[in-house]
Amino acid sequence: MARKVTARRVWVSTAAAWLFGFLIFLPILWMVLTSFKTELEAFSMPPKFLLFHWTTENYATVQERSDYFHHAVNSLLIAGGSTLIAMIIAIPAAWSMAFAPTRRTKDILLWMLSTKMMPSVGVLLPIYLIYRDFGLLDRRAGLVMILCLGNLPIVIWMLFTYFKEIPKDILEAARMDGATIGRELVYVLTPMAIPGLASTLLLNFILAWNEAFWTLNLSTSDAAPLTVFIASYSSPEGLFWAKLSAASTLAIAPIIILGWFTQRQLVRGLTFGAVK
Amino acid sequence: MATQQTQVLGRALLTPAVALLFIWMIVPLAMTIYFSTLHYSLLDSEAWSFVGLENFRYFLTDPAFLTALRNTLVLVGSVLAITILLGTPLALLLDQQVVGRSIIRLMVIAPFFVMPTVSALVWKNLLMHPVSGLFAWVATLVGTTPIDWFNDVPLFSVILIVAWQWLPFATLILLTALQSQDEEQKEAAEMDGASALSTFIYLTLPHLARPITVVILIETIFLLTVFAEIFVTTGGGPGLATTNIAFLIYTQALVQYDVGNASAGGLVAVVIANIVAFFLVRIVGRNLEA
Amino acid sequence: MGQITLQGVRKSFGPVNIIKDANLDIENGSFVVFVGPSGCGKTTLLRLIAGLEDVTGGQILIDGRNVVGVPPAKRGLSMVFQSYALYPHMSVRGNIAFGLKMAGLPRSDIDRKVEAAAATLNLTPYLDRKPRELSGGQRQRVAIGRAIVREPKAFLFDEPLSNLDAALRVQMRMEVAKLQKQLATTAIYVTHDQVEAMTMADKIVVLNAGNIEQYGSPLELYERPANLFVAGFIGSPKMNFVPGEVAGEPSVATLGVRPEHLKIGKEGEGWPGTVSVAEHLGSDTFLYVDAGKLGLLTARCIGEFNFKAGDRIWLSPDPARLHRFDKDGVVIRT
Repeated sequence: MARKVTARRVWVSTAAAWLFGFLIFLPILWMVLTSFKTELEAFSMPPKFLLFHWTTENYATVQERSDYFHHAVNSLLIAGGSTLIAMIIAIPAAWSMAFAPTRRTKDILLWMLSTKMMPSVGVLLPIYLIYRDFGLLDRRAGLVMILCLGNLPIVIWMLFTYFKEIPKDILEAARMDGATIGRELVYVLTPMAIPGLASTLLLNFILAWNEAFWTLNLSTSDAAPLTVFIASYSSPEGLFWAKLSAASTLAIAPIIILGWFTQRQLVRGLTFGAVK
Repeated sequence: MATQQTQVLGRALLTPAVALLFIWMIVPLAMTIYFSTLHYSLLDSEAWSFVGLENFRYFLTDPAFLTALRNTLVLVGSVLAITILLGTPLALLLDQQVVGRSIIRLMVIAPFFVMPTVSALVWKNLLMHPVSGLFAWVATLVGTTPIDWFNDVPLFSVILIVAWQWLPFATLILLTALQSQDEEQKEAAEMDGASALSTFIYLTLPHLARPITVVILIETIFLLTVFAEIFVTTGGGPGLATTNIAFLIYTQALVQYDVGNASAGGLVAVVIANIVAFFLVRIVGRNLEA
Repeated sequence: MGQITLQGVRKSFGPVNIIKDANLDIENGSFVVFVGPSGCGKTTLLRLIAGLEDVTGGQILIDGRNVVGVPPAKRGLSMVFQSYALYPHMSVRGNIAFGLKMAGLPRSDIDRKVEAAAATLNLTPYLDRKPRELSGGQRQRVAIGRAIVREPKAFLFDEPLSNLDAALRVQMRMEVAKLQKQLATTAIYVTHDQVEAMTMADKIVVLNAGNIEQYGSPLELYERPANLFVAGFIGSPKMNFVPGEVAGEPSVATLGVRPEHLKIGKEGEGWPGTVSVAEHLGSDTFLYVDAGKLGLLTARCIGEFNFKAGDRIWLSPDPARLHRFDKDGVVIRT
């Protein structure tokens, strides 16, 4: 693996890579910096990079004025709830397809994938009308349901690819050792699949947290998660950049940190195993 | 593991997921198809009538549809071009020996985790604002007039935002693919006297063909229905300048409450997405055999 | 006790018949090896006995009881897998104990039995390690330990030594055979390696394309192969086959003679040929001889013979060790 590379080449690549990386990260960095400025300094021209009056008052104001935590709790409940329910439905399904495949397993997998490709906008109206008639508009339960169904194919697929990597022999060995299917799942499969289960959970939590089609269309206030809360800043009233930045930083910080842990699994989750 | 007991159990465990997904797919789709044949407005829900394919004729010949279709194609095409043309060199760069690679990786991947409403608003206000945005300041530094992004080049502005969100995805997939390239194969090429450039052209590019296809297909699926970024920045305007098909359908459905027309549009979107999905499913399916 | 009987066992996957009517009687305490080329159905047959696959037809009796439809766990057999199939998240102790734990044995019994099995296999110092911290040979021992600790009616081995290097393979081969004799438990052992089969087995089952070609002791198979397939499969280097007509026996379709039963004769005696390759091993000399119409013959001569490529030689087969086959490949007994 260790190929010989000249020191000069390493430095050139390093400089270029850092420059690229910095430019890509700049909008996020700038947002975080702005969140610590006063509204006046947030607008100042030329912009102030580090030498400004650092303040955390925006973070306090965001909570006071707009009930940030209400929406954060909504995000947590909706993303967490939909992911957990999806996992509960998906684990048995993925087990079945990975370890008791039939001739139709491949077709079922591909069909599940194709449901994920249906554009949400194509079914916006029926869903909206069903939700209206059943009183699910602006209800957390309604969002949990739709995000759960929307992400179910990805959850099943990810789990399926992880389960596939567990050698069948080991499960058969457990069976020879006298384990029932239930004990096989508890003592052998689950402990071996924990890394896969964790990254599936994490990635789908992230996807649900950031989902911004159904949340924008099906919730307004009571059930609104952070995506909708942030969107409410799009109609500007007075000086709001610093507060927008503070609210945004709060909304994305936990997810970026979680996301950094899942970056490897991200590829396989989003490409349905087509790239590993 | 093909004993009958496991088969039966397997079927039982698979059923809930299949049933749920089936209902989730079929019920709304059937309703959309049904609505698309009606003259039906939520504003006057008493008066509705069957109109056959009238809605499709109306939707497809509406000049707004053609504009939206063009905007959709431009948006998808430009974002694909930007993410792949920038993502490939970036992935190649990150595949080199670089000091602090893991930190750079983190910085590059970060935009993907930013929720669409946040990235759209941060770009619109903090970066692209014609007076106080960071870009305006850079423009004055180099001595040009700042661009009024969302008035002068509205669609391009949306494209920039969306491309920024998807660049990490393309880069990460291409990087993963590069790292799976056989090191010995490259060394064999080196022994054969291949230059770095010909190694790239004859070994690396063919190796990347598949992941690039996957990137194109998956991004297309998502980019066809870009919504939140338009919703919070331009609202489809000015005029129809940034209205794509998804946004047009949304307007007809939840702004004008025209059920029939919006459903016809929704079906058009489903058909377009299915064309792309067909190719993606085939690629993934081929991989399943292996 | 561990007497296993197969009666008309069949297995097909869709239209493909993997096992066609297998009948077999395995005595209690014997070491039986299933051998055959890859794809012959030997592993499938083992998995049918284990209960990991359902039979399409026929009966499998263990100690007289038909076990078709009985789940693997209830058949009282244990299995050593080719990949070892150790539980990666459990220690060696946990791996060996798992079956006993599933059977609901009291803690103290489990500990005692695990310690005893570990002592037998020289695994005591490694009991608290994870499988990934062990060498290939040690993992192999753990897999065997997991099998013996349950005191099963029979052991099933699925090519257990194929992942080991050559030297270790020879050593483990002897250890497994010794252990089986010591425990006096029935063992069924699948391998594609005929040397393993010859050295370990009390009885060998030769399988080809889903059929049992012959069932007998190693020497029986060597001395009295029932057909061309067994004759060609057992023995190394492979038996030479020459057309009967060319060899002067027109009543016989094929004449077979093992390389070690070809003697170097005097000039004009036996079959003439030209040495194309000579391999000098010191203890033996292998000669690959182009014998014209007779085809390419292999001769194995004990000791060192100073031949080189291009030398003319005469080979004479030991008349008592000739094998004659009819046109269907079945042996002609006289």
